[in-house]
Amino acid sequence: MPVSEISKTANSGVAEDTQPAIVIQEVTKSFGPQRVLDGVTFHVRRGETLAVLGRSGTGKSVLLRIIVGLQTPDSGAALILGTNMAEADEKALAAARTQMGFLFQHAALYDSLTVEDNVAFPLAHHRPDMSVSEKKDRVRDLLHEVGLDGHLKKMPSNISGGMQKRVGLARALALDPVILLLDEPTAGLDPISSGEIDELILKLQDQHQMASIVVTHDMVSAKTIATRIALMDKGKVVIEGSFDDLQRSDEKFVSQFLHRDF
Amino acid sequence: MSSTPQVAPSQPATPNPIAVFLSWFGEFGIFLWRVLTSAITPPYEFGEFFRQLDEIGSKSLPLVAAAGGAIGVVLALETRNSLVRFGAKALLPTTIIYAVITEMGPIITGLIVSGRVGAGIGAELAAMSVTEQIDAIEASAVNPYKLLAATRILACTVAMPLLTLAASACGVLMGWLADTLIEPISLTHFIDAGFKGSHFKDFLPPTFKTAVYGLIIGSIACFTGMRTKGGAAGVGNAATTSVVLSSLFVILADVILVKLILLIFP
Repeated sequence: MPVSEISKTANSGVAEDTQPAIVIQEVTKSFGPQRVLDGVTFHVRRGETLAVLGRSGTGKSVLLRIIVGLQTPDSGAALILGTNMAEADEKALAAARTQMGFLFQHAALYDSLTVEDNVAFPLAHHRPDMSVSEKKDRVRDLLHEVGLDGHLKKMPSNISGGMQKRVGLARALALDPVILLLDEPTAGLDPISSGEIDELILKLQDQHQMASIVVTHDMVSAKTIATRIALMDKGKVVIEGSFDDLQRSDEKFVSQFLHRDF
Repeated sequence: MSSTPQVAPSQPATPNPIAVFLSWFGEFGIFLWRVLTSAITPPYEFGEFFRQLDEIGSKSLPLVAAAGGAIGVVLALETRNSLVRFGAKALLPTTIIYAVITEMGPIITGLIVSGRVGAGIGAELAAMSVTEQIDAIEASAVNPYKLLAATRILACTVAMPLLTLAASACGVLMGWLADTLIEPISLTHFIDAGFKGSHFKDFLPPTFKTAVYGLIIGSIACFTGMRTKGGAAGVGNAATTSVVLSSLFVILADVILVKLILLIFP
């Protein structure tokens, strides 16, 4: 279906559960002469987790930034719950963003705020209907959910990388999003912490039934948390399917990536 | 033996300095427009504005007061000899008060705030930019131009005249103290003599022109910080650029504003 038609259909109202929450249609993006995304197309429905794998510099993080509207594609469209992020006005963009939770690669916690205030940040700006005590309770619940009880008053610089990721995850979940975007959630973590983060993502996905995209290099993590895997090379999706589909593939790049078979 | 032709590696094109200069102003203009449009759109970030007013205003007060006081002492010591030599010793209070309030207080405050606040805002926002904190704010559907830039620029604009008043008051007080230690004169007499025949229009415009300095310092520091790329080196460059440019623009603005004030209040 052409982008314009998808856009028309999607913009006609709030996307139903049967429709994909995220539609990426023929997205291209270049930085100078370097094309990092070259006609990327996929979709993600609620309850699904798509792991996007690929070599460094293949535009995986750029794809997430396009989805959240931090960058615009050169062509193609990212339709988020019916909103074309590149063409949306400020109000529509803000409405779409409140439906998304984004965990940045290095957590991107606000270093001048405590853990509690970091998690409360989206609530403070988007939930004027909640009282201060309701917000505090919500923050406590979220931090309990990610296993960080008792760390409310700590500054981000005083907690470990794994804990920072958990705080980032709690912040991403603060507004009860429909879409969860995770940029390398296990990068830089030891295997035990990575496993804990994976379990946490699985638990949250089970509880909240979000449409999730996880950008990762970690094949074990992708196998654990993803319902589908998209493998990217040179800005294109080489293969998309279950882990078993990838294993059955006789594409050379897929084999190299999965088995380090050179 | 065949010889392989040597191809010189292509050099990156040197950017045209005029294009860079114009591009900087163009981007600065777009930045200011975004800040303005976000600042006038509710909801307003009052909490962050007052936090910044405290950070920029209250925490700059001791430094600004000390600098103002030092200027008062230096002016009293330097001008006394000259005025005594020309038999105009009676003009000493007027000289000190006019010099401090009309020019020395405002420009010293401007330059000190450029250094302290310009570097602080530039480095803080640059660090936020390179660690994706500004992107995280935007991804949370919060406008960073409103939350980070508008609040800081407005706080600088409001704080500057207040800091200037403090610097000028300290300058006059310390000028009197330096003067009275050499030749005793009561503070009341010093003030009466200094302000004799003067009007509010002699002192208000020079004090309130510093709101423009605040606007310049806040805008340049926020602009420099928020467009920073490239790790620790980028943060360092942002802080330095912020101080250099805001100091330069404050001095340029001073020249223009003095002329304007003289035209409007002859």
